[in-house]
Amino acid sequence: MKSPARVLLAGVAAAATVGALVGCSTAGGDDSSGKTELRVATFPPGADAAAYEAFAAQEKQFEDEHPDIDIIGVEYEWEGPTFAVQLAGGSLPDVFTVPFTDAKTLLENDQLMDVTDEMDELGYTDSFNPIILEGVTGDDGKIYGFPRQAYANALSYNRELFEAAGLDPDSPPTTWDEVREYAKKITDATGKAGYSQMAINNTGGWQLTVGTVARGGRTQTDNGDGTAQSTIDNDATRGVLQFLHDVKWEDGSFGSKVDLDWGTINQEFAAGNIGMYTTGSDIYTALVRDFGLDSDVYGLTVIPLEGDDPGTLGGGDIAVMSPTIDDETKAAGVEWIDWYYMQKLLNEDAAVQDAKTLNESGQAVGTPLLPVLSRELYEESLVWIEPYINVPREQMAPFTDAIWEQTPVGEAKVKTQEVYALLDTVVQTVLTDENADIDALLAQAQTDAQALLDS
Amino acid sequence: MTMTTEERPAAASAPPALPPARRKIRRSPATWYRGGGLANLLFVLPMLFVFFFFSWSPIVQSVIMSLQKTNMIVSEWVGLDNYLAVMSDPELGRAVVNTVYFALLALLFGFPLPLFVAVLMSEVRRGKGLYSALAYLPVVIPPVVAVLLWKFFYSADPSGVFNTVLGWFGIPPQPWIQSAVQAMPSLVIEATWAAAGGSIIIYLAALLSVPPELYDAAEVDGAGIWRKVWHVTLPQLRGILFIMLILQVIATAQVFLEPFLFTGGGPAGATKTILLYIYDKAFRNSLGGDYGEATAVSVLLAIVLAVLSWLYFKLTNRWSTS
Repeated sequence: MKSPARVLLAGVAAAATVGALVGCSTAGGDDSSGKTELRVATFPPGADAAAYEAFAAQEKQFEDEHPDIDIIGVEYEWEGPTFAVQLAGGSLPDVFTVPFTDAKTLLENDQLMDVTDEMDELGYTDSFNPIILEGVTGDDGKIYGFPRQAYANALSYNRELFEAAGLDPDSPPTTWDEVREYAKKITDATGKAGYSQMAINNTGGWQLTVGTVARGGRTQTDNGDGTAQSTIDNDATRGVLQFLHDVKWEDGSFGSKVDLDWGTINQEFAAGNIGMYTTGSDIYTALVRDFGLDSDVYGLTVIPLEGDDPGTLGGGDIAVMSPTIDDETKAAGVEWIDWYYMQKLLNEDAAVQDAKTLNESGQAVGTPLLPVLSRELYEESLVWIEPYINVPREQMAPFTDAIWEQTPVGEAKVKTQEVYALLDTVVQTVLTDENADIDALLAQAQTDAQALLDS
Repeated sequence: MTMTTEERPAAASAPPALPPARRKIRRSPATWYRGGGLANLLFVLPMLFVFFFFSWSPIVQSVIMSLQKTNMIVSEWVGLDNYLAVMSDPELGRAVVNTVYFALLALLFGFPLPLFVAVLMSEVRRGKGLYSALAYLPVVIPPVVAVLLWKFFYSADPSGVFNTVLGWFGIPPQPWIQSAVQAMPSLVIEATWAAAGGSIIIYLAALLSVPPELYDAAEVDGAGIWRKVWHVTLPQLRGILFIMLILQVIATAQVFLEPFLFTGGGPAGATKTILLYIYDKAFRNSLGGDYGEATAVSVLLAIVLAVLSWLYFKLTNRWSTS
């Protein structure tokens, strides 16, 4: 009991424990080689080996040009629930991407790094599409991210299932009635889901909004003073829900799964279980890289538009930096964003090098996008990389030929993801209850959404 | 044995001295050290640190957070606003109803089944160990794997595993977890399957403690197996049944894994339980969630469970002394 050895032993045990606990709170360290370590977002977990090869090649190219920076690729996928956890836990990479819909709130919460001076120095602040740049500009007039990619929503379809149903894959549907009709033919002929739609993890609300805008409706109007009015209870949204109801309950061509989100619907589509679905026009890359789609069966067309003032809901993402990084890491982050994301949009050599590297690694080159800069620059860049384009552009012609005639519409600005989450329930109710009262659902959703917008 | 009259006065006239342990001893730091005080303190210190950092600090932080509006970076005191907000949220009411529904179904399916199986197994004379191992097997399977497996079974396609089996009997394919009506019972069936093994083992152990002579007496009186179960087994297991019931109520109040992994609370909120509600409050919003309101519900749930636990201790104490 009184032994000094025992006291010493206890002291060592206590000191070791306290030391270990203190050690838990210190993270990271300097790169022993003196380089600046930069953790950058890459692709979602589960990508194929070729994606890793392509990234390794690009990493090497960058590090050769920037010997003082050590790039560490981190698997990353923006997902509603996990993003919040990563953000709160400080485990996001130094450079990552977020959807347009989240940029405003993030910068209002001081969760993004100011990059105004850096973007001015790089000299392309004025090259951006002003509408897109506005989305990353704070009330203080400062810029908090680099818009790097934009897309329009589109209708992806399976050409093989079209053929099996006696439909011409080069003549995809151009009206929602045709979508319904084609879906029924596909289901009757193949037993597969003719048309499916996402319904969970905020994607149900997202795609309900896509359908609403395509029928001339809007789910929210901006009051211009930071507040907004919910307009979910409108005829266009009613039309989408009625369409979903009819496809599911009258035609039986929706398929059995009503709990699909971005990942699972892509998986089902790539597996050949879905005839048509709506999502971003840039989905081809993920379908091939992450879900193993056979590119021969892929078809892409524009979303059918009808009603007054219809449009195509667009979106995109922004390359941003964590607000907690030091100046040195920030400077490295800007170098990376400029090299990895921006130069291929602006510079022929960079565009060609990027396309060549991706092509040699078997990655998709030439997936249809919308320009974050100008349409001219975008179309010029397609000419630069022409020899390396490996996506079946002819199978996407119904989209690429017609998209410029559609009016692009941006996503609602206020509490976007929360309202999407709320609308998930509406979509799920219609898909699981044959007798769902659509009018009552919409009235309730509008009240709930307005309460969210006012809070 | 009785006490003699001679013994009594001695006890009455000389009250016993206080036991030595109760005496207040003033100790100097030197005596405290010589008595091994420092070594004891140093031995306890790591455990106190561990408790503080990993057990108590998050609890205290949660209570503080429930009084704040915070995104983990910027915090603002809002008093009881979070509590008032969640108490008036119809979604919470729905989550409570869903949780109670889950608990009732679990009670209906999950409570009698392990007992029934355990009683049957106790009657088996050979291969009892094998049956026990088989019954316990689902508990060994990692829960996430089990749910993924059952998700596959619950496929709503006509070619899904369960639907194929139903098809053999001419029953049309069921939507299972894709239906707002069938989703919750489907989750309960899986949860029962996953947890039954543990309960069966406990019941089997309890059955061993039933005195065999009671069964012998019942047999002499001409009782069959069901009368023996009703008049001997169940009364003898009353205590353990009661404990299992309370434990199950507490466990079902915290059900999260099944609705989270199977349905994400859907379809149309039909399987959103209290814990999933808390999770959604905190994390569904990609921009940081409403941690204040989420922790407020957590604190409320903790209080309710604490009351339940208190009741549990009260009742089990009474039972154990009877």
